[in-house]
Amino acid sequence: MSTMQSPTWQRDIWEALRASRVQQVAYVPDAGHSHCIRAAIADPEIIDILLTSEQEGIGVVAGAWLGGQRAALLMQSSGVGNCINMLSLLEACRFPFLTLVTMRGEYAEFNPWQGPMGRATEDALKLMGVTVLRVDRADDVADTVSAAADSAYLAGERVAVLIGQRLIGRKVWTEDAK
Amino acid sequence: MSGTSARLDRRHLVAAVLAAAPHALVITGLGSPSYDVYAAAPDRPGIFYLWGAMGGAVPTGLGLALAQPHKQVIVITGDGEMLMGIGSLGTVAVQRPANLTILVLDNGHYGETGMQQSHSSLGADLAQIAAGFGFSAPVRITDESGVDDLAKRIASRSGPVFAQAIIATGELPRAMPSRDGVGLKNAFRAHLGLPSS
Repeated sequence: MSTMQSPTWQRDIWEALRASRVQQVAYVPDAGHSHCIRAAIADPEIIDILLTSEQEGIGVVAGAWLGGQRAALLMQSSGVGNCINMLSLLEACRFPFLTLVTMRGEYAEFNPWQGPMGRATEDALKLMGVTVLRVDRADDVADTVSAAADSAYLAGERVAVLIGQRLIGRKVWTEDAK
Repeated sequence: MSGTSARLDRRHLVAAVLAAAPHALVITGLGSPSYDVYAAAPDRPGIFYLWGAMGGAVPTGLGLALAQPHKQVIVITGDGEMLMGIGSLGTVAVQRPANLTILVLDNGHYGETGMQQSHSSLGADLAQIAAGFGFSAPVRITDESGVDDLAKRIASRSGPVFAQAIIATGELPRAMPSRDGVGLKNAFRAHLGLPSS
């Protein structure tokens, strides 16, 4: 559980978020975001918001901005599908939006049920007016998240960073695993 | 939802709640709740009207309440909109923002689409659902005195408060706020002294 064991790229994400002066971090848990979630919970200056469904995060981001705070949404690619209509809120009102999406359904995916949404994630976001950046190399994570945060909070864009499954690594899967 | 006589008039109820919390920031769910709020307070600042994003009123109110912990925030929405985002009650209950009130105008029907019945007139009890998610002492408003009780709860800042108002199903003239989302956003932020963006 120690954050010292987290991959460097996960720590880079958190540092980039903190540097962008995010104050609310809304999330549905994912292993790829586990460092950020732990860090958000532990950080007294950050409000960590556990969601029951990713679509709630869209409203939270909008409400935070109405109140003068920056918020980010952390989710897995399957969660993007849960957000589709709610993204109308961001587009209609041109709210700044930063989401970090850990990908499933691609590299070394063991579960075929993750495939359909994983393959549609990028196009679905683009169809709803969200600019998509993607990282597949650990060395690119810090700069890409920082660039996306600038586009969101300085230019007022709606931006998603897709974090490739190859970066996240193979999920160890055995029938008796927890 | 139970009982069919003497259900509350939604416009009177909303006007009374807004009057009882004159400085509160307000988020409205799409459809009739937006019309009710606009009819009661067309010139009041600090109101953000949703025209879509069904299920998003409570999450938007939550983000706002967390960002502005020293201001009262009231979400005014309908039973259908609340049901579509029902899990957000769980999210609010975990955060426990003392300054957030959720007022559901419950007529048990989807008014905007032709008065089809909603779950709340087919067996679901929204106040019990809120209690189940962890809200303490949800308020059920069935008469005018309930508005006073709600006003006291709002003023006590001991939220989050969940209130279910049992309202009549009649159709009322539409009072339509602006549909310019960018304009609504910027006007709301300006009211808080925040720059347009």
